[in-house]
Amino acid sequence: MDPMFIKPFIASIQNVFSTMMQLQVTVKEPFVKKDSNPCHDVSGIIGMSGDVQGSVILSLPQKTAENVVALFAGCPMQLGTPDFADAIGELVNMVSGGAKAMFKDKRVSISCPSVIIGGNHHVARQSDIPCVVIPCTTDCGDVYIEVMIKPASVSSPAKTVAATAHPAKA
Amino acid sequence: MRILLVDDSKTMRNIQKAVLAQLGHTEILEACDGQDALSKAPAFRADLMLVDWNMPNMDGLTFVKAWRSNNKTTPIIMVTTEAEKSRVIEAIKAGVNNYVVKPFTPDLLSQRIQETLAKCGQSAAA
Repeated sequence: MDPMFIKPFIASIQNVFSTMMQLQVTVKEPFVKKDSNPCHDVSGIIGMSGDVQGSVILSLPQKTAENVVALFAGCPMQLGTPDFADAIGELVNMVSGGAKAMFKDKRVSISCPSVIIGGNHHVARQSDIPCVVIPCTTDCGDVYIEVMIKPASVSSPAKTVAATAHPAKA
Repeated sequence: MRILLVDDSKTMRNIQKAVLAQLGHTEILEACDGQDALSKAPAFRADLMLVDWNMPNMDGLTFVKAWRSNNKTTPIIMVTTEAEKSRVIEAIKAGVNNYVVKPFTPDLLSQRIQETLAKCGQSAAA
């Protein structure tokens, strides 16, 4: 995947977390995710369309998600409640919106966010788009951005369905 | 001062409400999307609107265009993740008076609110 699609997400998550939560984000080495690996307990998903297509997932272990949401919202929220999902959705919205603004000469629209909560869930994706995971460390715990996007101009017909969630347990 | 807060995220509305409360504004009506805002705005007669862009049912830009077709004066600030220059221009052409990109600090939002009210000839006082 072109680094021009990865670097903006690194800059954006650092900006969002530091501005909204005064939380420093340290980024580790990005890697390509194997299809068989599940997401973490909480995933916020945003679709991208326009000059690029694909999706972005902000994925967090449960405890990290609880810590981050408490900081973001200003009070603790119970995992699985609509307010908890709303907070995760708004975070992935800000991270994705900030990143797409840094895509050079690309006009991109983002979808409203979806949030999946449940251990060991998988998010299916188009088979022709690799998933690059950006591991991040914060004082609240580890956070992962999964970027699955490609330029629309070199797209081929979708080989599988768009992102679909299969939570293994609630 | 009556303020209409339009955002599909309750978390974001709460964050903005906290900033508005710090400025002394407590007469706030919330709407969860453009359609909801259009149904509530006429009776509420807001002195200021804070409007998100990406929302389900009716997005903020569509709401602003619809509202501006009948009301040219209500100060409107777009508060959104849409940070591209082309989007800012699009929003201003639609009739917004000011623009705040998420993420924002409380100070930045306060500053934009005060300068918008000053520009539109209203007092920032509650």
